[in-house]
This record gives sequence, C-alpha cells and structure tokens, in this order.
Amino acid sequence: MHQIVREFEAAHLKQDEFDFRPGDTVRVSVRIVEGGKERTQDFEGVCIRRQGGGMGETFTVRRVSYGVGMERIFPLHSPRLEGIRVVRRGKVRRANLNYLRRLSGKKARITEDLLRSRKMAGKKAERLRALVDMQGGTVTTDATTEAQAEASGESNA
Amino acid sequence: MAIGLLGKKLGMSQIYDENGTAVPVTLILAGPCPILQKRVPDKDGYSALQLGFESRAGRTIAKPMLGHFKKAGVDPVRFVREIRLNDCNGFEVGQTLKVDLFAVGDRVDVCGVSKGRGFSGTIRRFHTARGPMSHGSTYHRRPGSSGASADPSRTYKGKVSPGRHGAVRRTAQNLQVVGTDLERNLLIVKGSIPGAANGYVVVSKSVKTSTKTHGGPTAGK
Repeated sequence: MHQIVREFEAAHLKQDEFDFRPGDTVRVSVRIVEGGKERTQDFEGVCIRRQGGGMGETFTVRRVSYGVGMERIFPLHSPRLEGIRVVRRGKVRRANLNYLRRLSGKKARITEDLLRSRKMAGKKAERLRALVDMQGGTVTTDATTEAQAEASGESNA
Repeated sequence: MAIGLLGKKLGMSQIYDENGTAVPVTLILAGPCPILQKRVPDKDGYSALQLGFESRAGRTIAKPMLGHFKKAGVDPVRFVREIRLNDCNGFEVGQTLKVDLFAVGDRVDVCGVSKGRGFSGTIRRFHTARGPMSHGSTYHRRPGSSGASADPSRTYKGKVSPGRHGAVRRTAQNLQVVGTDLERNLLIVKGSIPGAANGYVVVSKSVKTSTKTHGGPTAGK
C-alpha cells in the first residue's frame, strides 16, 4: 500500500484500542435508525473472526438466540459502531472459529482465557504466567481456583 | 473539452459519509502539472494544453525532450499528455496546475491503462457462462461453438474468442470528487479507476456533467 494511502487511512481510523480476538465474547453497541429515531442496540456474542486491515477491517460476531444461530459482520471503523466491550476472553487455537457453527449446547463452549482476562491484572497475572511456564503450559488446579476466587472477589467488589 | 490534470493512482480505501455508509474511494496523486506547451488553432489546428507530471532526472532524458522542457522553463517530467480545451486563454506556459482545479462534489472522468490480463478465455474476457464443472461434464470453460457448417460457411462477426485482455486505455466516467488535499496533491474520488496502483492517469472534468452536483458524501478531510 502506498504511504499516502496509509496516512490517509491513519487520519480516518478510530483511535480506540480494539483489544479483542476471535474467541472473546463481546458486546457491540450499534446505532440504528428506527422510524426516524436513532437509538443504540447491543449485540452480544462470540467474535469468530477478524478480517482485513486498515479502514476495511471487519469482525464477525456469532450468537445463538432462541436456538437460532445468528452472525453479524461489523466494520470496525464504522461510525455507526459506538463501542465494543469485551465480556469474556476465550482461549481458542484458531483465527476463524467456523467450527462453532456446527456445534451446539455444551460443545459450543469456549474455555475462558484467564491469563488474558482483565479480571486478573498486574502481579497476579504475572505470578500465574510464571507458574504456567514452570509447569510446561499447564495450570495447577490450586492456582486456577485461587485466581478464580480472586477474580470473583474483585467483580463483586 | 474541460480542464484536467495528470496524476497517478495511489490505491483504494474507504471512508464513511455522514449517515455512516461506507464509501469506496480511490486516492489519486493529481498534479502539480506544469504547462509545457499551448496548442493553438492557428498553428496546430486545435487548442490544448500540454501538461507534465512527476519530475524525472534530466540525465535520463533525450536531448530533444530536454530542450522542450527548457523552452517551457520547467523541470523535466516523466509523464506528458495533452488536455484538449475549447479555449486556452488564461493559461500560460510554465504555469503550474494543481488539484484546486477540482472541488468536492465535482464530477470527473479518469482515464488510464487497465490492468493487463494476458491471454484470457471468454469467461474472463467477455463474461460468458461456464459449463458444469462436474457430473460427467467435459465442457468446463470452453468458448462454445463457432457456428454452423456449410451454411453459412463462415463464423459470424461478434463471435467471442479467447485472446489478449486488458492493458488498454479505459475511462471511468462521472466519478464524484469526495475530497481534495492541496498540500499533498491528493484527489479522492468515489469508486474505482482503471489500472493498477502507481499507474498514470488523466483526470478531467466530466464530459457528462461538468457542473457541481447535489449533495454527496463529504470528504473526511
């Protein structure tokens, strides 16, 4: 891409930091016009892919409501998109979670990624990461429960 | 016969208009274009401005061309084209035309050389339909019958065949100007234009509507 195109896009891109990945559960606020009136609508689901770059970047959110799977593709830099909140960080091993489409019920669950979770900021996360490194990638039950206990304690506070 | 500029396609992007609708845009580096020569009816039989675009090292240019640039009093350029005008009055040789010739809402035509596609079949070249790819079909991407036998003993004109496709001069007409940036010599138009990025183009006011049109998406800049 030409440098000037990049600069042009840089001037139009949203300045927010979009810190979410496929596998994360997100709540997307979209402005919609309904009978001449404008209001904000939320769409919550699992982000199953992020596609493209620059002004053309989009992401797909999948949710199952009343037993029917629904997917919406949002342009990341659209002014109609008011905000994206990460509800839960998931641990997945691929960039496109198309496999979720043929799964339902318990199989369609995604493990929470506690290391990336906002609930565990700073030193606690560091400590856990160190623990993970020591044991070759597996977190002991103790550390996990401890972390979860602390996490829930924080969210209650 | 309206004034224009020479330029270079930089690439495409997208912006959003005030309703939040995505608008596909092409960025063109348009100008600055020094006027190298004026064509006048008395001498040349028509009126036009000869414009140049993008500087080029003098040592790489043939001497006759260098003399031509010297006569106009401008630095050597890479791309030279004429813009036909009804009347060249008000323009002087050596003067530089810039992107402020165009304003947001104007309609322009952009002329360039389309991307070359080499030797292509009729599907890509003429958008004919293809045959089934499976179920025992052996007729996948063929051009079809070239005609009947003894009568008429010839192939009708207009029968489409594979051949060289693309890399020809094409004009995208009536494109809307979405933004200009005089500082960076940037012209932003809605939609696509012929050719690959870094290809040279001629941008001129549209022959279909050279007046300002209603509304339209606003430029982000």
